[in-house]
Amino acid sequence: MLSIKNLHANIEGKEILKGINLEVKEGEVHAIMGPNGSGKSTLASVLAGRDMFTVTEGKVTYMGHNLFELSPEERASEGIFLGFQYPIEIPGVSMVNFMKTALNEQRKHKGLEPLSSSDFLKHMREKKELVELDTNLTNRSVNEGFSGGEKKRNEIFQMAMLEPKLAILDETDSGLDIDALRIVANGVNKLKSPHNASIVITHYQRLLDYIIPDYVHVLYDGKIIRSGGKELAFELEEKGYDWLKKGITV
Amino acid sequence: MSTEIVNTDIKIKLLDLFQENLSVIKNDSPDYINKIREKAIELFSKLGFPDKKNENYKYTDVKKEFDNGYKTYLSPKNIKFEIKDIFSCDVPDLNTKVILLLNGWFYDRENLLQELPGGAIIGSLQKAMEVYPELVERHFAKYADMEKEGLVALNTAFVKDGIFLYVPKGVVIEKPIQVINVLMDEEEGFTSHRNLYILEENSQASVVVCDHTLSAVNFLTNSVAEFFVGQNAHFDYSRIQNEHNGSKQISHLFFHQEKDSKVTNNTISLHGGVIRNNISVLLNGEGCENNTYGLYLTDKGQHIDNYIFIDHAKPNCISNQLFKGVLDDFATGAFNGKILVRKDAQKTQAYQANNNILLTDDADIKTRPQLEIYADDVKCSHGATVGQLDENAMFYMRARGIPKKEAKLLLMYAFAHEVIQKIKVPALKDRINDLVEKRLRGELSRCNSCQMHCCNT
Amino acid sequence: MQLRKVMEKDQDKILHEVTQSEYKYGFVTDIESESIAKGLNEDVVRLISQKKNEPEFMLEFRLKAFRYWQKMKMPEWAHLQIPEINYQDIIYYSAPKQKASGPKSLDEIDPELKATFDKLGISLDEQKHLSGIAVDAVMDSISVKTTFKESLADLGIIFCSFSEAVQEHPDLIKKYMGSVVPYTDNYFAALNSAVFSDGSFCYIPKGVRCPMELSTYFRINAANTGQFERTLIVAEDDAYVSYLEGCTAPRRDENQLHAAIVEIIANNNAFVKYSTVQNWYPGDKNGLGGIYNFVTKRGKCAGENSKISWTQVETGSAVTWKYPSCILLGNNSVGEFYSVAVTNNHQQADTGTKMIHIGKNTKSTIVSKGISAGFSNNSYRGLVKVTKNATNSRNYSQCDSLLLGDKCGAHTFPYIEVDNKDSIVEHEATTSKIGEDQIFYCNQRGIKTEDAIGLIVNGYAKEVLNKLPMEFAVEAQKLLQISLEGSVG
Repeated sequence: MLSIKNLHANIEGKEILKGINLEVKEGEVHAIMGPNGSGKSTLASVLAGRDMFTVTEGKVTYMGHNLFELSPEERASEGIFLGFQYPIEIPGVSMVNFMKTALNEQRKHKGLEPLSSSDFLKHMREKKELVELDTNLTNRSVNEGFSGGEKKRNEIFQMAMLEPKLAILDETDSGLDIDALRIVANGVNKLKSPHNASIVITHYQRLLDYIIPDYVHVLYDGKIIRSGGKELAFELEEKGYDWLKKGITV
Repeated sequence: MSTEIVNTDIKIKLLDLFQENLSVIKNDSPDYINKIREKAIELFSKLGFPDKKNENYKYTDVKKEFDNGYKTYLSPKNIKFEIKDIFSCDVPDLNTKVILLLNGWFYDRENLLQELPGGAIIGSLQKAMEVYPELVERHFAKYADMEKEGLVALNTAFVKDGIFLYVPKGVVIEKPIQVINVLMDEEEGFTSHRNLYILEENSQASVVVCDHTLSAVNFLTNSVAEFFVGQNAHFDYSRIQNEHNGSKQISHLFFHQEKDSKVTNNTISLHGGVIRNNISVLLNGEGCENNTYGLYLTDKGQHIDNYIFIDHAKPNCISNQLFKGVLDDFATGAFNGKILVRKDAQKTQAYQANNNILLTDDADIKTRPQLEIYADDVKCSHGATVGQLDENAMFYMRARGIPKKEAKLLLMYAFAHEVIQKIKVPALKDRINDLVEKRLRGELSRCNSCQMHCCNT
Repeated sequence: MQLRKVMEKDQDKILHEVTQSEYKYGFVTDIESESIAKGLNEDVVRLISQKKNEPEFMLEFRLKAFRYWQKMKMPEWAHLQIPEINYQDIIYYSAPKQKASGPKSLDEIDPELKATFDKLGISLDEQKHLSGIAVDAVMDSISVKTTFKESLADLGIIFCSFSEAVQEHPDLIKKYMGSVVPYTDNYFAALNSAVFSDGSFCYIPKGVRCPMELSTYFRINAANTGQFERTLIVAEDDAYVSYLEGCTAPRRDENQLHAAIVEIIANNNAFVKYSTVQNWYPGDKNGLGGIYNFVTKRGKCAGENSKISWTQVETGSAVTWKYPSCILLGNNSVGEFYSVAVTNNHQQADTGTKMIHIGKNTKSTIVSKGISAGFSNNSYRGLVKVTKNATNSRNYSQCDSLLLGDKCGAHTFPYIEVDNKDSIVEHEATTSKIGEDQIFYCNQRGIKTEDAIGLIVNGYAKEVLNKLPMEFAVEAQKLLQISLEGSVG
């Protein structure tokens, strides 16, 4: 589904990604772990098409497309969903209007008729329950005045609404208490199917207690320095990143 | 401040016009009006047009707009049309009393003064001068300061007709009054209507004014409106400016607020070639509240200049100003907002904000938020920004599959929303919401049709 | 500039001093001066030029400026009330009599003069001087002494009086004088260009980081004279200099005119930091006397990545009319303006800045703190202009006013003109007074109200004071307190 080959990217001339290789197939859950500043969020942003990063080398294929030929909105319509580490507040744009526009654009892309208002509201109601999102929140402006936990839950809610093929969750667990973490993870698990895939980016192992990954990758200084099964996460938890850092200098 | 007039051609022309038609001008006005007229023409002769050396007109050359050989009428021109052929309000819940001004003249010549429930009067100012001399004399030209502004003096000298609204003590008019200013003629015309709104103590009213052009020729308007808002009276005044790009509109609003009164004033500028809005507010009693809001959406070669002056003359008053604008193509704009807090106006709260979005490099905006404060126990702030749409918000939307163009629209709309939501009459708010969205989508044509959808043609 | 003293003093002593003095620089030096007659005409301009033995190009420059000035009118747009100034009633050149002309050794300087500057805290003796600061001391129309000139020259730095520069480095003067502030710029710039008598010149060659703070100390002494000085600072590529300016004048009942020009040129990657503590005689409690201070200060960020930073603490003068500005011509250049302006009694200040964004990615920051007390009026006036090609430029302005008392005024007049869509300009301003609860809190902890106000005002101004070189900051803090003395009552 997604194939990343030797990806290099920089911001204002400073290289952040220094040759990433990653293969993601349908039905898989990949966890990317790594210390702060290792390039995790940059990878997520590059995949979603953030233009503040410049890709200097490498190739990313997604569902047969050259990913870099697609605009951010085309990527989204093709099923890539980025759960933002810091969801953006957009005062004055209501959640309803925002989601309705996004969903109908996706339908248009697929050649489907736009949803009627009543169908849309019904769809929204169902998904809201899935992530236990307070009804009031959807009546407000996008993320405006939401607490940290509400913003994250709102991300998962949007993911449920848009039913992506590839979900990239960037530090979705940061700033969440244990209940919120459970709800968010629960939402992610319910949305899992043999036809979609997720990349879960996290700093801590604890999210992986709830979302069981098939593969764990360790990102350090712009490169994946170690890949393994879920047991790698436990090992990291125990020994810390230093253990791996030492490994690469040898 | 220099008011020296270098090029006096058009000024002389206007002065001559006044002298030559003195008898016609004075003919149907009472003496007390004609006395004021005399003083006004003298002041205009002295002050002339404000030029660009005048700090308050730094960014708009109004005099230039007069140099176009417009025709002006000293009596109503006979243009017949059926009001219902043009206007039938389709805003479902906006149940208004509709009043029409045609080229500055009260249109319904059969019913020049109409009584509203509770003894309120709406109608022609010209007629009111004659029928209610005491009332008009007490308020006319008392709030509009001719001494400082040649254009106000000019309007006063030629004063003929316009809207007159009188709401007596304690009367509450539930239904909003809708005033439609129509400009329609085969020839390019200069209009200078004069409006007087009197709200006595404890009264309430709400007025919606729509400015429209219904023929494709150029128009110039120099209008003055005076508002007396008595003790504890509440007044809502919303204006939708939607004239075509060949129109030039200069308007002067003077609000005089007494103790505990409350005024909310929204100016929504959708279209117009050159728009200059002067809004002066005097808070003349304690406990007043004034909200002056504006939204301007301009493109092509349009120019908009809002000049706001809030005078906190008494303690314990609150004023809020919020003006927001989106400028596209090679449109130009200016905002000049001034808060004056006088010596003894303690406990004043005055806030002012002006936010602008420039969509192109050819568009430009000049903004001057000003504070002049002579009392120490005050809370005043102002802020001004010029910027673009939020890049992060744009990306967030695009990452959700919303195309760039649509995301841009949503953000512009969200930007404008803050002003729209200040509009009090819910049905009107919805309507304006709709209009703004259309305007941003470019679907609101600059055509002759009345976009309040009061219009079927 | 009380540098040496300040370093020695502890906090208590400062406070003691604060509560005693009003304007402590108000003394007059009894020294023989050579003055020309009152009045201004072409002959006076020629006479000044002749006295200074100037080359022809200088005289031409002066005459052009004078002829231009004659056609101009005094600007009226500022929020100031200034009685009409009789320009024929001013002495345009007055110099302390000196034994010899030209640069002097310490021994040759009149002991009276030396004592005067000692009293002002400015030692002309390099041995006694606080290390790290070189001073050009100017009294009335001429430079008295420039310290550390020789050691700076070893690095290729030119630091001398303007008159000396005209003689020694005419090419540099020709090239840069008037290149940032042309004589046509405004009324006072034209006047200054016609009659300026002295000032400082500073040239930092390519790649040199000036190791000490350079400073000019201006002193008006003679009565009925105007002071018209001119400062020119040129920083070549990759150069750095921090420049300080201080000024005082005797207490006199009549007003005196000061109209100065400062020009700064910063080439590629150069950084010039200019700090001022302006403490001209402000007039007495009833508004009698004081300096009329009309100053044109402007820097040109000519090169890429260049930076000019203005910091000013304005406590003196009866009238201040001053807008230190930056023309951000080079791409990625940066302009800064940090200001504290205090007005008390009947002082009037109309001060601010102009930031003209022309190059791409240019950035400017404006932080202005106005404090008004007594019957004074204090206005911020600033222009931020972003021209069409200045893509991706950024300005942030913060202009706060603090009112102490209900007889004074605080005003804010920003002008923002943006002609570029990729730029962001933000302006914020607030006006407030010192909270009664804040004062009460201090009182409750045993702090007198007057001291509490001093504390709070200093806290309020901290953001700007922090930008000053350390010795200056202490001085400025003290000044703030003195200036506000008697403002509560």
